[in-house]
Amino acid sequence: MKRAQFSSSLLPYLFLAPQLAVIFIFFYWPSAEAIRSSFFLEDPFGFGSTFVGFQNYIDTLTSPEYLGIAAFTALFTVLVTFFSLAAGLLLAVKADKVIRGSSAYKTLLISVYAIAPPVAGLIGMMFFDQHIGPFVRLAALFGWEMKVGLNYWDTTFAMVFVAVWKQIPYNFIFFLSGLQSIPASVLEAAVIDCRNGLRRFWTVLAPLLTPTAFFLLIINFTYALFDTFGVIDVMVKDKAANNPITLTYKVYMDGFRGNDLGGSSAQSVILMVVVLVLTVFQFRFLERRVHYG
Amino acid sequence: MAKIDIDHVFKTYAGGAQAVRDVSISIRDGEFIVLVGPSGCGKSTLLRMVAGLEEISAGEVRIGGRLVNNVEPAERDIAMVFQNYALYPHMSVRQNLAYGLKNRGTPKPEIEARVAEAARMLELEPYLDRKPRALSGGQRQRVAMGRAIVRHPAAFLFDEPLSNLDAKLRVTMRGEIKRLQRRLGTTSLYVTHDQLEAMTLADRLVVLNKGEIEQIGTPLEIYHEPASTFVASFIGSPAMNLLQGRSTENGFAIGPDLWRLATGPLDDAAITIGFRPEDVTFTRDMRAGPEFLLDYVEELGAQKLVHGTVGGQAVSATATAEFQPQESMRLTVPEHRIFLFSTATGKRLRTPITPMQPAGDFSPVKA
Repeated sequence: MKRAQFSSSLLPYLFLAPQLAVIFIFFYWPSAEAIRSSFFLEDPFGFGSTFVGFQNYIDTLTSPEYLGIAAFTALFTVLVTFFSLAAGLLLAVKADKVIRGSSAYKTLLISVYAIAPPVAGLIGMMFFDQHIGPFVRLAALFGWEMKVGLNYWDTTFAMVFVAVWKQIPYNFIFFLSGLQSIPASVLEAAVIDCRNGLRRFWTVLAPLLTPTAFFLLIINFTYALFDTFGVIDVMVKDKAANNPITLTYKVYMDGFRGNDLGGSSAQSVILMVVVLVLTVFQFRFLERRVHYG
Repeated sequence: MAKIDIDHVFKTYAGGAQAVRDVSISIRDGEFIVLVGPSGCGKSTLLRMVAGLEEISAGEVRIGGRLVNNVEPAERDIAMVFQNYALYPHMSVRQNLAYGLKNRGTPKPEIEARVAEAARMLELEPYLDRKPRALSGGQRQRVAMGRAIVRHPAAFLFDEPLSNLDAKLRVTMRGEIKRLQRRLGTTSLYVTHDQLEAMTLADRLVVLNKGEIEQIGTPLEIYHEPASTFVASFIGSPAMNLLQGRSTENGFAIGPDLWRLATGPLDDAAITIGFRPEDVTFTRDMRAGPEFLLDYVEELGAQKLVHGTVGGQAVSATATAEFQPQESMRLTVPEHRIFLFSTATGKRLRTPITPMQPAGDFSPVKA
């Protein structure tokens, strides 16, 4: 391969500068700031800070409340990722088979993605409203008295439900395009080679979808951890204290409501490390099973 | 191994378009049948109906005497080779070959034996653990063939299996398919638009046009006794010359020229005269056939292709490499190598042609 040559050695850096500036200003700088302030105890009114070493980390990691929220976050992330991927895949497989009116069907499924997270949370709230929520009434039919915002697990259910609902269209689009990029003749060859549709799905279709699925796994995982903030905020804000929240929401609560900037920074650094480790893990161990065409 | 009966089969799409119309073919056990025709003639649709990938709108398909209209493709006991090979990209060659057997619950030692046998037959042994993307086009084609062979099916279905290969490889693979089919004796249905492939592979050819059968016959029958102008122009390269003319008392009027041929009076005045380029000989004898005006010459090495016009209509002829064409020549064709077709229907007219005794002036007659 021929290497492009620049007459000035500065020029390539100049071309890179905008991208580097964006990354620096919006990622490295705040990250560095978070790491710095995680070692300090900030005065809530901004009158100065005291260096406390690893005390913020020790406080955070030994707090039973924090560990409880961490456990909930793990559960929430797993549930949201699993159900939004599964539902997106199921809808995509079914939509792929629709011939008549397929574009209308697809547009309807995709349109949910255009809704902003807080609005989705608000709509979700209305569905689960104590007085007018249709889901609450539906649950009542089965003898389930749903109290979203009061009962811990009812709120969990509603939060997972809305977060999944919001993410399905995204997964749907990617799975659908993944399905459509599989040559029809390969599937036809499979029809001749294997009579069992379910077996065909797991032995031919699913392996060919792994690149899409792997990409979506990472995206959904980050979505469940971070982007569900709006949904959670609408669901638990101004509600009784014993409601499930995720680590991301706790960072916000402690930092901006509790004014504990140091502790909040320590939490966000921990979160950053956890996500980093998990992402590396996914790439190292899961990607081996991915077949890139 | 089995016979296949295609009985008055139709394919009608929603909206009324008919891709296949009233096709009946009965394929004998072990026979190699080639479906040939231009694109859109319904040959692939017909094959896919036999495979079960396309629903049969009307009519019946029987494989080995068993009605398969409502039988799943996997249970029809057929194997198909696709144009783009349709190999499973995530499986190794070995897994590709074994997949169909595994799903049918074939015992493991049996699978291994059959895969080994197919790999040996197709010289795929060094590549068994490679993925399809690490193979060349010809090797992929072999794997696709192997996937069909290991199944020991009642019939092979080929959907233009060679059209993705380059010209040289196509000739090699063509021979290989023929050899394998002979050796295995498996009933085969082969779709192609390449008339040369069709001629060389087929025990019998089925020429399709607009969803209907134009003619069924051995390659030589089709070549020597084409049933219609469509078949005549489709089979054979360079294509048969077809000249439109009128039947008159003294012969055929082609444009301003008269071609003296005795056929007796014909009911159909508007006729098409067909003759193959290789049956043409040129002469300077004014008393021979119609006048041929030279257009251009294509050198093919062993022979040359002479292009020109007769009565304003294009005619091509093959000639020896030494032949020196003139601007104007007389064209003759042995009478038994001349075909007459009805211009209106395109169908062959079964009229014996007897040579007319030379009598008097044979200079061009204005018709």
